[in-house]
Amino acid sequence: MNEEELRSEVLKALKQVAPEADTVTLVSEQTFRDQLGIDSIDYLNFIVGLEERLGLRIAEIDYPRLSSLAGCLGYLRQHLPAAGTVPDP
Amino acid sequence: MDVWQEARRHLDGLPGGQGLNIAYEAVDRHVARGDGERVAFRFIKADTGVHDLTYSELARQSNRFANVLRTLGVAPGDAVFSFAGRIPALYIAALGSLKAGALFSSLFANFGEEPLRTRLTKGCGRVLVTTAPLYARRIAALRSSLPQLTQVVTVGSTVPEETVGFDGAMAAAEDAFTIPPTDPEDPAFVHFTSGTTGTPKGALHVHAAAAAHYATAASLFDLQPDDIYWCTADPGWVTGISYGLVAPLLHGVTAIIDEGEFDPARWYRIIQEQRVNVLYTAPTALRMLMKAGARLARSFDLSSLRLIASVGEALNPEVVRWGRQAFGRDIHDTWWQTETGAIVIGTAASQTVVLGTIGCAVPGIESAIARRQPDGTLAFVAEPDQVGELVLKAGWPSMFRGYLGEPHRYAKSFIDDWYLTGDLMCRDSEGRFSFVSRGDELIKSAGHLIGPFEVESALLEHPAVAEAGAIGKPDPLIGEIVKVYVTLKDGFAADEALRADVLGFARRRLGPALAPREIVFCRSLPKTGSGKIVRRLLLARELGVPVAGLADLEAPEQQ
Repeated sequence: MNEEELRSEVLKALKQVAPEADTVTLVSEQTFRDQLGIDSIDYLNFIVGLEERLGLRIAEIDYPRLSSLAGCLGYLRQHLPAAGTVPDP
Repeated sequence: MDVWQEARRHLDGLPGGQGLNIAYEAVDRHVARGDGERVAFRFIKADTGVHDLTYSELARQSNRFANVLRTLGVAPGDAVFSFAGRIPALYIAALGSLKAGALFSSLFANFGEEPLRTRLTKGCGRVLVTTAPLYARRIAALRSSLPQLTQVVTVGSTVPEETVGFDGAMAAAEDAFTIPPTDPEDPAFVHFTSGTTGTPKGALHVHAAAAAHYATAASLFDLQPDDIYWCTADPGWVTGISYGLVAPLLHGVTAIIDEGEFDPARWYRIIQEQRVNVLYTAPTALRMLMKAGARLARSFDLSSLRLIASVGEALNPEVVRWGRQAFGRDIHDTWWQTETGAIVIGTAASQTVVLGTIGCAVPGIESAIARRQPDGTLAFVAEPDQVGELVLKAGWPSMFRGYLGEPHRYAKSFIDDWYLTGDLMCRDSEGRFSFVSRGDELIKSAGHLIGPFEVESALLEHPAVAEAGAIGKPDPLIGEIVKVYVTLKDGFAADEALRADVLGFARRRLGPALAPREIVFCRSLPKTGSGKIVRRLLLARELGVPVAGLADLEAPEQQ
């Protein structure tokens, strides 16, 4: 999965929880919470959605690392299995 | 001596016998006694930096804010609102408002425009304290519909147009302020709470409530003068004010306020680094900690914790058992609601936790289990272990004194001089209460009471929505989630794109705190003969249980 596809999956998971979120103007390094109206339950649901889409398990202790777009991409690049083994969402 | 009179003796009263003011008791009297250098609030910044406010500094800043309000033309009895996260300005504004004789009400930062408009209108908000980003996101567009809101004070380096900058106004204000005479029965706080029908209710609380906050923090938490105390509740809800601000400050202890968002490791780190002695939190938060595992908890030094207490929803025994593993101590349950103002049932620090029970009535509270009779009277249930409604004899100091502008609704909350809590409970032979369920259709999500009517009303404004029925769907983590069944107007296709659109619309209107987490389209909703949606049947379908006497009603047919 290339960078562009990964980014698109993250935004889709975000939109699934908060369809009203403006992901176009999202600043990659700022937290989702500071920019979008999402709360801690939304955030948990977002992570669960990401797990389902990408077929991976994210440890609770790592949740804070996924709090921004840049954080998500960095984390997922590290933890996703090699290309080709990711199931279709 | 009466319990509450005894508690009053621990309060000083305004100098010169000028009455009782919560802000004086919480802040100024500690300074007058020479304890001004103690830390009142320790704010843990999102980046984990720390910002302290001593009692002297808090006295000075709240004085300044009271002077700012004077400059803005706020008169005693006017309403000052806040709409912000857990930032120092909110607490300063609350205390400054009380000093100025204003009524203070705090709105949850995750509210959308509808809950904000309803509450500001009902509470006749004259001044609103918020942050510049929240102003831009939620308030600016609402202002034209809030004619009584004359001033908005914004916190932040940029000051939006048509607002007053908090920092500038505070810098220009005097340090000294004399609290005017305050009758103990003068209004202090308005806390909004949901109703099954109609708009949210603004429960009015008075300065005299301080006696109950003082007494319950002493008996339930066994607060000691040098304690570090952490109430994790947001000040946008009653717990975050009654026990996040008032109770700890009345005792002169240091209260931790975490400005960051929930994260298990972060919470444990705060307890470890700040040496927290008393933690007052909620089952949802505890279940989230549980999800992260006891091993994580045990990797931190949590030995400073002397008492862990819980409030907001039923505390399941599983969580208490887990707490024993993770913290090596019991979690003490407490029960109260917006209207009671302070804890009325709980297991005190000195009492043994009995799994599945909340605890006994707090000293000074007269309680009973009763059933409402068709003739409008109450039948008291004397024998133990019988289900009935918890009712409380009116007269404790933190009892609400009215619903703003709705005397009829207030009157309906009582039969004779018994306050009807709406919660069904059992009481065992030793006087310990267990929660059974709500007696109405209110939804309890993450400890917050949500009125289905408020949710449904917002959804009905979407052009595609014909009808909506909101229920609380049981959820293992947050108690209940708001789930809404929707029927669509002709010409709209029930597809995923529309579902996302309706969900996004609801979230914009209501904010994530009240908005549904699940929306289901159906062809019809179950209704009574008079056309009223039967939420109870929606819930029964959700749970897969039969409901007697409702078989003839139209069932929801999913699309």
